[in-house]
Amino acid sequence: MSNGILVFIEHRDGRFNKTSFEAVAAAQNLGRELQQSVAAVLLGSGVGNLAEMLAGYEVAKVVYAENEKLKEYTPDGYTDAMERVVRQLDPQYVVMPHTYLVRDYAPKLAARFKKGLISDCIRMKVTDGNVRFTRRIFLGKMDADVVSEGEPPTFVTFQSGAYRADQAAKGAGAQVETLQVEVGDVRMRPEAPFQEVKQAVDLTKADVIVAVGRGIKSKENIALAEKLAEVLGGDLAASRPICDAEWLPIDRQIGSSGQTVAPKLYIALGISGAIQHLVGMKNSGTIVAINKDAEAPIFDIADYGIVGDLFEAVPVLTEEIRKLKA
Amino acid sequence: MKIIVMMKQVANKDAILRVNKASTWIEEADLSWEVNESDGYALEESLRLKEKHGGEVIVCSMGPQRVKGVIKDALARGADRAIHVVVDDLNQFSPYASASVLAEAVRNEQPDLIMTGLQSDDYGYAQTGVIMAEILGLPHATIVIEIDASAEKLRVKRELESGWYQWYTMPRPALLTIQSGISQIRYATLKGIMAAKKKEIKEIMPSGEAATLQPHQRIERIYLPEKQKQTQFLGNGDAKAGAVALAEKLRNEARVI
Ligand SMILES: Cc1cc2nc3c(=O)[nH]c(=O)nc-3n(C[C@H](O)[C@H](O)[C@H](O)COP(=O)(O)OP(=O)(O)OC[C@H]3O[C@@H](n4cnc5c(N)ncnc54)[C@H](O)[C@@H]3O)c2cc1C
Repeated sequence: MSNGILVFIEHRDGRFNKTSFEAVAAAQNLGRELQQSVAAVLLGSGVGNLAEMLAGYEVAKVVYAENEKLKEYTPDGYTDAMERVVRQLDPQYVVMPHTYLVRDYAPKLAARFKKGLISDCIRMKVTDGNVRFTRRIFLGKMDADVVSEGEPPTFVTFQSGAYRADQAAKGAGAQVETLQVEVGDVRMRPEAPFQEVKQAVDLTKADVIVAVGRGIKSKENIALAEKLAEVLGGDLAASRPICDAEWLPIDRQIGSSGQTVAPKLYIALGISGAIQHLVGMKNSGTIVAINKDAEAPIFDIADYGIVGDLFEAVPVLTEEIRKLKA
Repeated sequence: MKIIVMMKQVANKDAILRVNKASTWIEEADLSWEVNESDGYALEESLRLKEKHGGEVIVCSMGPQRVKGVIKDALARGADRAIHVVVDDLNQFSPYASASVLAEAVRNEQPDLIMTGLQSDDYGYAQTGVIMAEILGLPHATIVIEIDASAEKLRVKRELESGWYQWYTMPRPALLTIQSGISQIRYATLKGIMAAKKKEIKEIMPSGEAATLQPHQRIERIYLPEKQKQTQFLGNGDAKAGAVALAEKLRNEARVI
């Protein structure tokens, strides 16, 4: 009978992805609630040292699935290897961080078991051995409680930040089981990852950030936000669509595919608050949101909010701050 | 090159969402609809590939009759024909089931390329394309932001986290999930709208094992998210008054200016 929880650990260039430990924390949590053991799985080649480091966490064992073809990530390679590990361990739950890499291969893995993932969960609750996973839907406007049905394993991924990496419990030293895993044909060939032009703007050091979203409507209107940033002595930033449209350069993009910042003051103008934006700024000191939609998810994390037209609010705000600073 | 674009119709971004009586989904009557954002980019990219390399673009959408709105719009923008998988209630399908029904809907077309958006704006599963690829036995890449189809093999640029990118090469046929913003989306022209009226829309019913498969997950309840922070709302609907109050709060309460 299926039993236990298997947690997937992501790494690149000899380093763990930090969200892997958020997944470890989630898996340990689930393990405690269900009184089941947690095993961690690492795929790769020549990363035995990482497996040893993992063994320092409170897990029943570390499975290190090794194959030359796993040296670099590919969806074909990872799916084959993980499928073999899952079939061998026969867990009840497979827990993964909802990273770009996991998004790329995990649905393929789940499909080998004729199912999908319960993806991008923000929390879970266990009652009488039944697990209810909560995920955001409608771009963050609603939450859904989801239950798994049918045969195990249940594949579940957790959103970045859902659990805290520093809450992954350390243990007395687990055993590492090295598995020479079979991998079939790998059809895609990856080139080396790279960063686009060196970032010219480092927003991580800014004390004040004024960020604009699609609510700003046009490139010309950005001048409004620029004036506000100016009186505050702050920097201008943006949500992704603004950079996609090239109204502002890409190095001013905040979010999962841009920069992660934590200024003392973050003012979001006409930004809805999609999770991919929030992960880049939610640790800011004071968060202000100006948005005409009272239900916009940005208000979930705002300290101060104005529900209304930014074109009315921003000039007044700029003028008021200018007066206060004079 | 024969390209199939998968396009979903979702609730309009600005629509006010109301939870249905059973709290299992939103009230869909009276809702306004639009094309899923990243699917619009998948279409645009498909049309550009066709313009460059020749071939055909086929749109495929699943849902009730209302999804003809998305289909007709895609045809007006330049897609050549369409497949409509007629399903009254999309909410009966798990991610695996919908991917499997869609895979069967396009299998016999034997496309060189299948394009989807990277995730839907309603469920946000981010799985349909990848599962389709697995069922059809195709290599895939997700979160694609550039495509080079000039050589025999496809070369695609994928977005990784925090400003990193990576190129992948893979054989055709393949499936790609497209990131929003990959290009600027064209508008439908009047000529396009007229031409669309003569284009074929084939209706088919769901088939394949998944049409009858037990779902592997079920939504029990949906609700408005609980707030993580106590937000002080200022101005009471008056944006200017709010701005005045905000400046004062930032100075004297938050002490950030
Ligand atoms: C894999 C992936 C990675 C991503 N990476 C990032 C990322 O790094 N950064 C990022 O930002 N996004 C990212 N996104 C995109 C993200 O999901 C959202 O689509 C995006 O953040 C939305 O930007 P927005 O809030 O500006 O636009 P919208 O969601 O369109 O919101 C516009 C807001 O403006 C408000 N508004 C309109 N007019 C006015 C007005 N006159 N006055 C006041 N308010 C007004 C509206 O009410 C609305 O809330 C990513 C998505 C994916 C899938």
